[in-house]
Amino acid sequence: MNPMPTSYLWLIPLLPFVGFLINGTLGRRLPRSVVSGIALLFTALPAGIVAWLWMTMCAVHAPNTIESVVRPFGVDWIDISGFHVDFAFTVDHLTLIMLAVVTGVGFIIHIYSVGYMAHEEGYWRFFAYMNLFMFFMSVLVLAANFLLLFVGWEGVGLASYLLIGFYFKKDSAADAGKKAFIVNRIGDFGFLLAMFLLIVHFGSLSFKEVFATLAQNPQWQLQGAHFLPTIALLLLLGAAGKSAQIPLYIWLPDAMEGPTPVSALIHAATMVTAGVYMVARCHALFDSSPLALTVVALMGAATAIFAASIGMVQHDIKRVLAYSTISQLGYMFLACGVGAYAAGIFHLLTHAFFKALLFLAAGSVIHALSGEQDMRRMGGLREKIPVTFWTMTAGVFAIAGIPPFAGFFSKDEILFRTFTSPNPLHILLWLVGLLTAGMTSFYMFRLWFKTFFGEPRVKRHVLEEDGAPIHASSTTTLTLEAEPDQDKATHAHGVHESPWVMLLPLVVLALLSVVGGWVGIPAALFGSNHIEHFLDPVFAGAPASEAAATTGHGLELSLAFVSVLVALAGFYIAYVFYYEKPGTAGALAERNRSAYNLVKNKYWVDELYSTFLITPLLMFTRVVLELMVDHGIVNGSGAAAGATTRGLAWIERKQISGNIRSYAGWLAIGAAAVIAVMIFGNVMKGHL
Amino acid sequence: MSINPIILTIIVFFPLAGALLLALLPDRGKTLQWAALAVTLITFGLTLHLPFHYSYASSAGSFQFEQNVPWIASPAIHYHLGIDGLSMWLMVLTGILAPLGVLISWRAIDSRKKLFYVLFLLQQVAMMGIFASLDMFLYYAFWEMSLVPMTVLIAIFGRSEYRRRAAIKYFLYAFIPSALLLAAMLWVYAQTGTFDLPKLAALAAQHAISPNAAALWIASLGFLIAFSVKVPIFPLHGWLVDAISEAPTAAVMVLAGKTALYSILRFSFSIFPEQSHRIAPLMISLAAIGIVYGGLLALVQHDLKKLAAYSTLGQLSFIVLGIFTFTVAGLDGGIYQILNESLAGAAFFMLLGLLYERYSTYDMRLYGGLAQKLPWLAAMFVVVSLSIVGLPMLNSFVGEFLVLSGSMQSSFAHHHLWTAIATTGVILSAAYMLRMIQRVFYGELGPKPQVITGWDLDAREHLALWPVVALFLAMGLASPRWMQAIDSFGAPAAGRLASAQCATPADATALPTPSGGAR
Repeated sequence: MNPMPTSYLWLIPLLPFVGFLINGTLGRRLPRSVVSGIALLFTALPAGIVAWLWMTMCAVHAPNTIESVVRPFGVDWIDISGFHVDFAFTVDHLTLIMLAVVTGVGFIIHIYSVGYMAHEEGYWRFFAYMNLFMFFMSVLVLAANFLLLFVGWEGVGLASYLLIGFYFKKDSAADAGKKAFIVNRIGDFGFLLAMFLLIVHFGSLSFKEVFATLAQNPQWQLQGAHFLPTIALLLLLGAAGKSAQIPLYIWLPDAMEGPTPVSALIHAATMVTAGVYMVARCHALFDSSPLALTVVALMGAATAIFAASIGMVQHDIKRVLAYSTISQLGYMFLACGVGAYAAGIFHLLTHAFFKALLFLAAGSVIHALSGEQDMRRMGGLREKIPVTFWTMTAGVFAIAGIPPFAGFFSKDEILFRTFTSPNPLHILLWLVGLLTAGMTSFYMFRLWFKTFFGEPRVKRHVLEEDGAPIHASSTTTLTLEAEPDQDKATHAHGVHESPWVMLLPLVVLALLSVVGGWVGIPAALFGSNHIEHFLDPVFAGAPASEAAATTGHGLELSLAFVSVLVALAGFYIAYVFYYEKPGTAGALAERNRSAYNLVKNKYWVDELYSTFLITPLLMFTRVVLELMVDHGIVNGSGAAAGATTRGLAWIERKQISGNIRSYAGWLAIGAAAVIAVMIFGNVMKGHL
Repeated sequence: MSINPIILTIIVFFPLAGALLLALLPDRGKTLQWAALAVTLITFGLTLHLPFHYSYASSAGSFQFEQNVPWIASPAIHYHLGIDGLSMWLMVLTGILAPLGVLISWRAIDSRKKLFYVLFLLQQVAMMGIFASLDMFLYYAFWEMSLVPMTVLIAIFGRSEYRRRAAIKYFLYAFIPSALLLAAMLWVYAQTGTFDLPKLAALAAQHAISPNAAALWIASLGFLIAFSVKVPIFPLHGWLVDAISEAPTAAVMVLAGKTALYSILRFSFSIFPEQSHRIAPLMISLAAIGIVYGGLLALVQHDLKKLAAYSTLGQLSFIVLGIFTFTVAGLDGGIYQILNESLAGAAFFMLLGLLYERYSTYDMRLYGGLAQKLPWLAAMFVVVSLSIVGLPMLNSFVGEFLVLSGSMQSSFAHHHLWTAIATTGVILSAAYMLRMIQRVFYGELGPKPQVITGWDLDAREHLALWPVVALFLAMGLASPRWMQAIDSFGAPAAGRLASAQCATPADATALPTPSGGAR
């Protein structure tokens, strides 16, 4: 009805880009308040536009999609005979949700960063990169074709690379940034091949055209055309890279080297969900291939439980959250794999709230302890930093799936959809999901207890036997106040609650983590599942929505009951292990030492990749390619060719002397030869 | 009256006049630098005449700004210049790289300046001539001419005691295959009685170059081998690494790639369409291997120039892959990528030259932590690396994407496999460029920066780098501005080449020697 937003769509990505340009070029010379002012302004404005878009599109009779093509230089992006791509943006209900997450949560995290980064060097650089990220992420979710989506896709990877490596003086940070980019590139390799195949078979990269062609050719699916599952699986490889799924999840835990607001924004709430978004966006392609869907579901379920198991034994507070993110992303893929895209997006939404909250709260804890990230050196912080404690509690309850917090509804929806899905493996997938829910509840309450309860253990770390988790009773407990002899600057000014500029975002996100799930209360619980209906125009025809509709509320309720029980069980075990009888966990780990070490060392996956993939490849390159082929054959044959003229070597030595005259002489001889051959050639021609 | 009929002559020979002027100027202070800068800037300005007066509407495949004057009656050699969508932007590219080369040599070349700048301008004359010549003989004269200044530049201005060896290697690698080229050209002339390229192309389209399929096949190899060595295409790249690691920055910027790739497109494809079609599967496989090979070897180098050399090999292989797919996307993307690769490669070599000026080493193990001290240089390195890596919104992405998608569309056997292999190049390029950035710029201060205080980019260096960066963005966002001309060459060429094989079997029966026997 109101055509206005169409012409302003491009402002959503452009504004943060302007912020990036200003801070990136001039930021070094500007005062900090101006830098953060610019960064906040250019993220608040897009958020405002998005709010306006919401109002427009939720109005009665509003169109389901609005589109807008931009021609920034008066021409399209790529335009050759037979192939054409433009800068086309589109907004539908799925995009709206993504935009809300990106600009809304993004803005909140920007506010938090003002406080968190206040004492950091390179303040301007941080905000420039953050705005750059917002630019690319908006492009990603607004894109109306695969190639523009890929711009955002690679671009957020770049921003992530720059921000993970923000403390680039630290080798570990620089390594982690590089690793993230390269592993993402492996995924992009799949994404690119998928696009090449799309061009071959569909002749276009526009979402609308590709999906329309697909809908017009149902025979492809019936005849089992190979290219459909191939394209879907290649896209999935891309998604696995971006969203840190098996086998490409390895970069995300290392990405925690970046500043904590980065972990919250990029590695929890937005960028890593891009893979889920992409699969949901291309659901028609995935729906057309049962094989691809099953792979999505299996990958999601496997990643969910695998990452959760690692998360149970980590000591670094941010790494626990990182593995938890991988695991929750696995949940979202599981939902997509059983065709419950709306449930996956619902979980994406609630996860963005509570995981951003958890990271920011963890950041507040780290801030309070002046940089400490090891939970073995935390404990008893409940009273010292009450706001952080209470907000984080909301996040922990949300992710653990305790009703009526946000995570409960979305997680339950996924489990229910999995259970009722037509996929032959649905019971197995459901069991994996349920077990993961229990494990999630356990490790999150473990984090909660270890950080906020028990005796304070804030003290220089006493090295203990590797393997056994440290617990309160085995550590000398000391006061939280700084001691004069401590050389670590980390404890210079004791435990302190964060400034309001950091706490306010926590409070907002905590509220969202409580109520955010209420948009999707299922009918069985007397709600009306708004979000699913909201997304209906996008996901109409997905298999799971029909299957679920035929199932009764009784089953849904009993499944919800089971999952709440499992979440409470996780809570209880954590309570016993880390609060009531703190020695239990250590003893248990001691008894199952080999299993514990396997998980503790993250199943040695990094080492496996390194030993069986990277090292052999580099060895092969050095020995076979460089020494044998390049130095041996390539240069050898050149040398051999040279050797045949070795009889003339003395001439060369004389002639290639840098003497212009001798070159002129050579040229003259050459020219003479040419003319001789010309005449000869003419004579020859006479004979022919 | 319009200068259109003689503009190409002006462009080609203006640097020659400039070289003569420089030879007469005294070598005092910065006189030579300023004079060379003026000459190259004017040349660049002249080349800009071309895109502004190019008639995009005229029929595809025709030449513009033509000048055709009989030169020698027998053998029939014409002074025939002209450009089309293929060569136009290459002329402009050659125009813009020259002033950048002068700016970057400002301080780096401090002795025998006169010789350096004269040779540098002669090199430009040769390249302009190569791109503008439509008479094969005239072309060959420029082709040979391009060899000499480069050899001397390497031999005299090389960085280490190995420079003579590198120069000899370069000269032999370029000279011996050129003899093959010459022989093949003369054979073609003997068969047709003309050196005129448009005429030869027309004859080739009618299969009227020669009835002797075996001889035609051999002649086509004579052309292709000469060009392939000069590109270079794996495994004929023996000269590349030494030449790149020795040659001064301004020379490296124009050393590899564009003239030979242009020559394949202009001569091999026009005169030998069927033969090109037959050898395309081999070239595609060599290109795909070259991408992976270059990428892997770049990954294990410690010397920055060697890294850049193998990176260049990999990037050039992308172009080879594209043009031999005989698809519109492949040809357009490949030609576009010639521009991109030249720009990004030039910028990369410029940056390496700046590092060397400051710290006198190309060994990346001696660097480290430079981002703290030289933030602008670091930022420029990152931007140029992102272009080489093929980040979307920057120039190379458009080219690489089109090349690879063209490869997927091609009709040759195993094209899926070769495309997949070639696409791994995007992983490898990220790996070696980011490794380089980390070694040089991140982490703690390395041994060299600890001892030597560098300085960040000065105004002259900013001036040399910013135009390139601006072009990266513009060419990444508004590719049709350039692609329109390129497509007017690429699209018809793709149609012609892709159908070239159909003619062969029919003709083969009529020919005395079956084409199959030519192997």
